[in-house]
Amino acid sequence: MSQTSAAPPPLLSVDRLVVEFPLDRRRTVHAVSGVSFRLGEGETLGLVGESGCGKSTLARAVVQLLRPTSGKIWFRGEDVCRLRGEPLRAIRPHLQMIFQDAVASLNPGRCVGGSIAEPLRVMGGHDRRSRDIAARQMMVAVGLDAERHFHRKPFEFSGGQCQRICIARALMTRPQLLVCDEPVSALDVSIQAQILNLLASLKERYGLSLIFISHDLAVVKNICDRVAVMYLGKLCEIAAVDALFNTPCHPYTAALLAAHPEPDPDRPPATGDLVGMEIPSPVDPPAGCRFHTRCPAAQPVCSVTEPDLREVATGSRVACHFPLSAAG
Amino acid sequence: MEPNRPTRLPAAGIHEIAARLGPIFWLAVIWLAMVLFAAVTAGYWPVPPPDRMDWAQLGAAPGAPLTPAGTPSAENPQAGGAAHWLGTDTMGRDMVARLIFGARVSLAVSICSPAIGFLVGGLLGCLAGYYRGRLDAGIVATMDVILAFPGLVLLLVIRFYLGASLTNLILILGFLTIPAFSRVARAKTLGLTELEFVQAARLTGAGHLSILVREILPNVVIPLAVYALLVAAFMIMAEGALSFLGLGVPPPTASWGGMIAEGREALDTAPHVSLIPAGVMFLTVLALNLIGDGLRSLLEGRAHP
Repeated sequence: MSQTSAAPPPLLSVDRLVVEFPLDRRRTVHAVSGVSFRLGEGETLGLVGESGCGKSTLARAVVQLLRPTSGKIWFRGEDVCRLRGEPLRAIRPHLQMIFQDAVASLNPGRCVGGSIAEPLRVMGGHDRRSRDIAARQMMVAVGLDAERHFHRKPFEFSGGQCQRICIARALMTRPQLLVCDEPVSALDVSIQAQILNLLASLKERYGLSLIFISHDLAVVKNICDRVAVMYLGKLCEIAAVDALFNTPCHPYTAALLAAHPEPDPDRPPATGDLVGMEIPSPVDPPAGCRFHTRCPAAQPVCSVTEPDLREVATGSRVACHFPLSAAG
Repeated sequence: MEPNRPTRLPAAGIHEIAARLGPIFWLAVIWLAMVLFAAVTAGYWPVPPPDRMDWAQLGAAPGAPLTPAGTPSAENPQAGGAAHWLGTDTMGRDMVARLIFGARVSLAVSICSPAIGFLVGGLLGCLAGYYRGRLDAGIVATMDVILAFPGLVLLLVIRFYLGASLTNLILILGFLTIPAFSRVARAKTLGLTELEFVQAARLTGAGHLSILVREILPNVVIPLAVYALLVAAFMIMAEGALSFLGLGVPPPTASWGGMIAEGREALDTAPHVSLIPAGVMFLTVLALNLIGDGLRSLLEGRAHP
């Protein structure tokens, strides 16, 4: 790696990550195909894209729930993909994740207090009493009544409460990076706001860095510092949240923003309709730019040469031959 | 209790669960408890020994008096004024005594055989469902072979080489239940490993063994135990059928199936010799099935509220 920047090394640096799943003898699902990005300490990176674009696969690779086919994931200066056995076990507590299905994320047979305390038991070094006390404190921190709820089973809670419990469990190990895989997509809108506010306040309190996956742009806009847009296993665009929402450079980003209804009558009507509705199969992704089959601005070169992710403005990088608002 | 409770019951109390299971469930539990009590206390009942033949009372109807001449009071003093409450069988043996001693055989088979299947099959099924891959393929193939093996032939072979005994019967029946238990455990494990809580456990650094023991097994054990109740009912019938065929527990040990078999020649003159053990077996099997079904629906209601 050639890190020329004088800035402190990022907390997380993903370098040309590739994740592929063999489908059968001949075919392969190209879930993530060469994704690179960095995440600074205390930063929140949004990851948006249609379902099936590889967001969740990328997230699972980052927290080492699955092994990437190639590429590197640097976390605190260590390539976590190379770690095995005890060193991996040692770094796992720092990389935590919460899932979309909060109810399924909890062992149905265990009381939620036990579930929250469990990570400390796995890590070792805590006796039962101190684990329980820590779990009760964390329950209070995520807005649950520790006295009333500690001994209850997951099926007695609503989805929003279960997500609070999952967040509490993830924070028990004092992680530096919390990956949120569509944590509010399954919740009511009113509950969504509560959980998002909770995540924002916990982020401050515990000094977390977040990777926040969502297909809901409004959610991403409110909580993230930077946003990465993914399409079919590739990053299209990565930029600061305001830049991305105000001046999208990639046609796909523009289309995503246009597809999102904005409750503002003064906003000019959306432009940049997608050509096709169907996302191509990740088993046989299109040659050249993966988006060219649906891109309204596609040119012949797009189906031949794959565009690199290049910087178009400070902090904004886009993978497109013909970026929309190409200033430079 | 507040009148408008939510449909999802928060922490149902003992009484609430008891009420939801219904009266028939509890009747079944009472019957099974009585059979269990009789089997455990069989040696202390004021009845003649199960193998003592009362030659004056062959196939006597229920309520027939004990023959005083045939009972030296020193040997069996408490039986002095009693009667054959349920009559005697074709060899003049007391039916009550044989029923309660037969209950020991039936319960031994219905507890020990499923226990073998539960432990071995459950463990293999969990391993297959958790690790998948070659281990899974190997275990599933082995189970298919066991399922395809004719059980009666196995029984005859074991009987021929190792002799007929209750232990051998339990071992063979237990062996034959292994595939069924392993299938149930494997299916349950396959479903559980898909759920995110297993991945959450991996994220904390838990190893495979730890996940299997602490996350998977506790969720497999209860449904598997409920399934074991249904298998237990089937085992009682299997023991009965085998004893009827003469492949069960060798005489003169009393067993329900053996009693039914011995009474079949006297069905016209002394029908109670066959029908009473048949009725007891019927009620016991029914009770086990009712309890198993009741618990299963209770569990399903809690797993998917």
